[in-house]
Amino acid sequence: MCEDCGCGIPSHGGRATVETVAVIGQLLRANDDAAGHNRMHLDAAGVLAINLMSAPGSGKTSLLEATIEALAGEFRIAVIEGDLETENDARRIRAHGVPAVQITTGSACHLDAHMVHDALHEIAFDRIDLLFIENVGNLVCPASFDLGQHRDVVLLSVTEGDDKPAKYPVMFRKADAVLITKTDLAPYIGEFDIGRAEAALRDLASAAPLMPLSSRDGNNLSVWLDWVRSQAAALRVRHPAGAPHRHTHAPVS
Amino acid sequence: MHELAVCQALLDQVVAIALEHRARVQDVTVSIGPLSGVEPRLLAEAYPLACAGSAAEGSRLAIEVAPVCVRCRACGAETPARANRLVCGCCGACRPTWSGATNCC
Repeated sequence: MCEDCGCGIPSHGGRATVETVAVIGQLLRANDDAAGHNRMHLDAAGVLAINLMSAPGSGKTSLLEATIEALAGEFRIAVIEGDLETENDARRIRAHGVPAVQITTGSACHLDAHMVHDALHEIAFDRIDLLFIENVGNLVCPASFDLGQHRDVVLLSVTEGDDKPAKYPVMFRKADAVLITKTDLAPYIGEFDIGRAEAALRDLASAAPLMPLSSRDGNNLSVWLDWVRSQAAALRVRHPAGAPHRHTHAPVS
Repeated sequence: MHELAVCQALLDQVVAIALEHRARVQDVTVSIGPLSGVEPRLLAEAYPLACAGSAAEGSRLAIEVAPVCVRCRACGAETPARANRLVCGCCGACRPTWSGATNCC
């Protein structure tokens, strides 16, 4: 074996030639490919998909319950729920008359595009306008995995620190909208300063709208609902609903 | 984040290139931005594990950590930034363009 480069030629009389090859492409390409495929499904059906992300307990499911009730009759909604275990959140959603698919990730701390792809096949696309994906409660990993959604929404409740955008910049920088939730509890908390939370968000060079609201008493919920309506209208302009995507290919790996 | 999975995805590409060139994998160099969600130290620890049994076993991983730099659309200045302070360091405008921040390739 050649001692210069380890190749099988006994001696090729000199130094190895070193060629630099650029590996252009995303390291998460398999996930990104599947996410692109999911987006194609959603676009073809004219379904707006919104990915909700936050720490556990920030009020994602409560927001969905309030949103479903407020938009009943206006949008046909479905929900994909992500949790490590239990069907609890899907049951809560179904109690409002909306189809919900629960993904239990076991010990995985985020949803990925393949999990969402499988869940999408349990949803009747031609019967919905709006899909919410409630990601696993986690402010780190979900930020790195595209699911095929159109919009990312990050929730921050007033029972958390108002400096979270500074502590979790990758997540908050990804947000198309940031919701400050549980504002009905603000009088009992005191420490949370919405101005400080917004300053930390703007430090990330984010122009995302920041919407304080309460799912419990409905205060300012209309601002969020109007944002959802505006995103759905924008999608309809970009992708008028056509024939549903027929699945003829092998499942994405 | 998920550095072992990232390593495996990286190696899939590296091994494919090595096969195409009928080459042996000796050194792999990646550039990682601070907003990529990939932690360089964890990536370095995961790399030998991901390589084991593959055509890239025994190769060395070099990681270049790209600095975050923002170029301001308002004043044109290019200034260094931090992961949680990405506004223009010159005029404070909050709609800069990026270089080096999210690289992971």
